Amino acid sequence: MAAFTVTIEDTGETYRCPDYKTLLEGMEALAKKGIPVGCRGGGCGVCKVEIVAGTYSKRVMSRDHVSEEEEAAHKVLACRVKPTSDVTLRVLGKMKKNVCRDVNAAIAE
Amino acid sequence: MAMTGVLRPGHAVVRVLDLEESVDFYGRVMGLKETGRDKNGRVYFKCWDERDHNSFVIRKADRAGLDAFGFKVRDKATLEKLDSDLKAYGVATERMPAGEMLETGERVRFQVPTGHIIELYADKKDVGNGMPYVNPEAWTPDAEKGIAPIRMDHCLIYGGDIDGNRKIFEEVLGFSLVERVKLEDGVTDLATWLTCSTKAHDIAMVRHAEDGKLHHVSFLLDSWERVLRAADLMSMNRVSIDIGPTRHGVTRGTTIYFFDPSGNRMETFCGGYQWYPDMQPVTWTWDEVGAGVFYHDRKLNERFLSVVT
Repeated sequence: MAAFTVTIEDTGETYRCPDYKTLLEGMEALAKKGIPVGCRGGGCGVCKVEIVAGTYSKRVMSRDHVSEEEEAAHKVLACRVKPTSDVTLRVLGKMKKNVCRDVNAAIAE
Repeated sequence: MAMTGVLRPGHAVVRVLDLEESVDFYGRVMGLKETGRDKNGRVYFKCWDERDHNSFVIRKADRAGLDAFGFKVRDKATLEKLDSDLKAYGVATERMPAGEMLETGERVRFQVPTGHIIELYADKKDVGNGMPYVNPEAWTPDAEKGIAPIRMDHCLIYGGDIDGNRKIFEEVLGFSLVERVKLEDGVTDLATWLTCSTKAHDIAMVRHAEDGKLHHVSFLLDSWERVLRAADLMSMNRVSIDIGPTRHGVTRGTTIYFFDPSGNRMETFCGGYQWYPDMQPVTWTWDEVGAGVFYHDRKLNERFLSVVT
């Protein structure tokens, strides 16, 4: 097993992620913070990140949240990506953190 | 209540990103029985104790989410009546021919104000639960394979006009309001739980900025012990658990929320109470919504209102 260092550019947070875990699993396993956690299955889009340095392997993710162009530009879901080198990323996913914001958005419709 | 109109949730059709991974998940981990595949690539499943051919159908797509949610109605005459009642109410309906879904009769399909596709049908082939109708056993070996829920039980959908939805379900389809969560204004519903039977819910809905979203499809287990066993099987199989095992305040069911391999949230639950039409609805206020949703934690987790497919 190899492990790599993942750096979240937004916060400066770093953590070690084994090659068999996704970037999101690796972060959660060590109780690190920074990437929002959603379904962990490529479906909901909340853990969207941009890989700004490093290499990785990836699996299929929802086109509702990542277009082909974005995927080609290394904008991916952290739950579908495993590191194959040290990785630096930037967080793109927006997490609506509280009831009020979500509910007000719904009512404003 | 004598159930004469809409009987129960009959099928959920869910989109998945990787078909074979999902077949393995729903078959081996969830313990649903695969009952067929059709030329459109849909894979059909039923729970071990369900008698009709299918209750859960998956289809490969490039995005996750819910294609349609179907309800079984009492008979063909009921189907015709509900179709004409829907039209009279101003809801456009469409007929899907018998056999378009495997072993399933003609379906009446329509869109509700939140954008979800709802289907009604009267016929689905009785393939049995593996036991005879004369002198059956109590259960079959399939009841022990995987998580092995008893039935597909209900769903929770997210969208904008849940008031419009409720009117159609209550005024046309004969559903009743069982529980609700009110916003701070004391008037607007954040969420409603509706029943067409004596269950605490057959469908639920939450007000949300985006239409057509799935929060979860739920499967019934018959004890809290089985809920804990399901959690063990989820950990053994590295299933992404959202929250639980815990209990809901709303409906009082014990629960695990978890995600399928495409990020569709599913639930395995047990319990809840029996509802009768002379009972008045239960209301939760906005400041106690945390306990309503997760009774032990008494707070929402950050995913409850925002992670949907």
